Amino acid sequence: MSEAASKGVTLEEPFARRDQQREADFLGMYLFLASEIMLFGGVIALLFADRFRHPGAAEQAAARLNLMIGTANTVILLTSSLFVALAVAAARAGKARAVTGWLIGASLLGLAFLGLKGVEYAEDLAEGIRPILGRATPGALFINLYFTATALHAIHLTVGIGLMGWSAARVGRGRVKVPNQSIVIEMTGLYWHFVDVVWVFLFPFLYLPRH
Amino acid sequence: MTDAVAATPQVAHKGKDTAEERVSYLRAGHSLTSWLTTTDHKRIAILYLVAITGFFFIGGAAAALMRFELISPHGMVLSNEGYSRAFTMHGVIMVWFFLIPSIPNTFGNFLIPLMIGAKDLAFPRLNLASWYIYVLGGCFTLYALVGGGVDTGWTFYTPLSSMFANGHVVALIAAVFISGFSSILTGINFIVTIHTLRAPGMKWTRLPIFVWSHYSTSLILVLATPVLAITLVLLAAERLFGVGVFNPALGGDPLLFQHLFWFYSHPAVYIMVLPAMGVVSELVCAAAHKRIFGYAFVAGASLAIAGVGFLVWGHHMFVAGESGLAATIFSFLSLVVAVPSAVKVYNWTATLYKGDISLDPPFLFAMGFIGLFTVGGLTGLMLAMLAIDVHVHDTYFVVAHFHYIMVGGAVSAFFGALHYWWPKITGRMYSLTWGRIDAALIFVGFNLTFFPQFILGYLGMPRRYHVYDPSLQVWHVMSSAGASILAVAYILPFIYLYAALRTAKPAGPNPWGAAGLEWTTPSPPPKHNFEGPVVVTHEAYAYENAPPPRERQ
Repeated sequence: MSEAASKGVTLEEPFARRDQQREADFLGMYLFLASEIMLFGGVIALLFADRFRHPGAAEQAAARLNLMIGTANTVILLTSSLFVALAVAAARAGKARAVTGWLIGASLLGLAFLGLKGVEYAEDLAEGIRPILGRATPGALFINLYFTATALHAIHLTVGIGLMGWSAARVGRGRVKVPNQSIVIEMTGLYWHFVDVVWVFLFPFLYLPRH
Repeated sequence: MTDAVAATPQVAHKGKDTAEERVSYLRAGHSLTSWLTTTDHKRIAILYLVAITGFFFIGGAAAALMRFELISPHGMVLSNEGYSRAFTMHGVIMVWFFLIPSIPNTFGNFLIPLMIGAKDLAFPRLNLASWYIYVLGGCFTLYALVGGGVDTGWTFYTPLSSMFANGHVVALIAAVFISGFSSILTGINFIVTIHTLRAPGMKWTRLPIFVWSHYSTSLILVLATPVLAITLVLLAAERLFGVGVFNPALGGDPLLFQHLFWFYSHPAVYIMVLPAMGVVSELVCAAAHKRIFGYAFVAGASLAIAGVGFLVWGHHMFVAGESGLAATIFSFLSLVVAVPSAVKVYNWTATLYKGDISLDPPFLFAMGFIGLFTVGGLTGLMLAMLAIDVHVHDTYFVVAHFHYIMVGGAVSAFFGALHYWWPKITGRMYSLTWGRIDAALIFVGFNLTFFPQFILGYLGMPRRYHVYDPSLQVWHVMSSAGASILAVAYILPFIYLYAALRTAKPAGPNPWGAAGLEWTTPSPPPKHNFEGPVVVTHEAYAYENAPPPRERQ
């Protein structure tokens, strides 16, 4: 990397070169996301086991979920990921205002997802789809896993919205300079894409096993 | 020997003069704050050493209480529930607060950057954060302990743990959950460091086996620990809110818990033993003054154990309700793990063959490891077979087996590492005579404690009971007698290692005449590990270039 391009990039202590530091940042983030995938993998494995052993009950329970809201949320989240990809491209091109704009847009879409999810939870509860059943009914395990998986996803989504808001503010105030420090936007973006990808798997496993 | 010569100057960091670089890491600051805010991997290793030693003695005290109780077949001091709480505390503390972090977070932390010619781990602040996370988890454990403990056993099986157990179950699983993040962050740090911070010339094929072992361990830490985390979250949700996932009365299935729990907890055994194998590889080479026999096979065996280790969890559930086909496959895969394990044992033996062997304490600990690990491994083969497992399931046979691996193996290696790298860490050599006595005491005490438990188990003594048939008492008394020897042997190093700090002469950079980058720098190492830029020009274990050991100089 030329000296001009890396100007302003802080070289942290153990690293001797900037490309080495960049490689380490990416590898560290990918490993962290791999461990996150294993976290969600535990719930998804239980969903598979439940559906394998009690296909009828699982499918009946899945059919009670709100497919419209689930689909709308999928579209919203995929769009937000596009915005984040555009923010990363803008960061690499050094367009600070565009970075802030795309990140704020993606954050708003994330908030829209959470709002719709809240509406959906309220409707679920009103229709008697509750995590606390207190007794064994067919489909109870599926419903409990639905609530656990989506709540866990919502927590990660909230963290992601916080990260994007914080990054947008730092770029907006000039604390983070693009393109030199676009690593901040790239890492935030990777995390958001991960949150999106988890939903891309949860959506079919939770909402689509009907008929 | 790998050279540390100033061939090509690297990019220098600002604000640093050479005098500062030469100050030993121990002298780089003396205040408590300088330790608690350090990002130096060597100091963080010492912080871990202090913390895990504390937990080792708490877990050991619980074990002493159990062995005392078991002298009499009728129980002496503990109620049924009190005994359950004692073995739960022993298990939880020893597994998550001693064994899992023991070698990686102390010696791995200290040595990986030194062995690959780096200034520090890739993410030094994350490294310090992982220590604080560990301490936070430890605080939750102490809270659960002081609050009266938990009686579920370290396995937290549902629905006992989620619905019926009294005590601070949630506090204790929170402790384990929190300490898991410490594991994950450490694993990430090690993998990234090994990938990106190797010195010029330090090719993958030149890495010491210790580094390969920690690389394999880190893969397990990163990929298995989160599965335990989600399992404990679901368990807490069931206990706190009644969200049924594992309890049949709430629509769940207890087998799901066992699958998820062992998906982590079987690989966790390899988290404990792979670093130990890495330590032993270094100790054996240093004792024989030879390059390790079959370098590529020993390095590859670590990766193979880590990989296959993910596919054997079902062998904990042979009697829990598994299809015959699944049980057969898990049995076969469990037997497969013996192949890379045996590759290591044979290669250590072959390394020693015609070696110029020094009978120093580290070597005696390594020999103890090899013997005890072999017994643990062979009984593991027995347990992997379906018919034998059904016979001895949940008996002392299983208890003896895993203590041979985890205590006879991992703890012996931990003490071996302590005796081998103590002069590097502190700059002082301890009494070799006392070290040899301690290695022998640990070996004798260990076998006296745990070999009778194989017999007890085969005779039908179930684990987790403190009242038993009087005909079995002789074996229990023998085991408790061994435990008292073991207790002395574990406390003894405190005295002579501490005495060495006070009185002993400087050890010099390379007292064992060992090859390896960590022995080319002063003892204790300077703050930034090496006095100049490191360029590696030799293969690993280039003993033809190593100096003779100190006593022969």
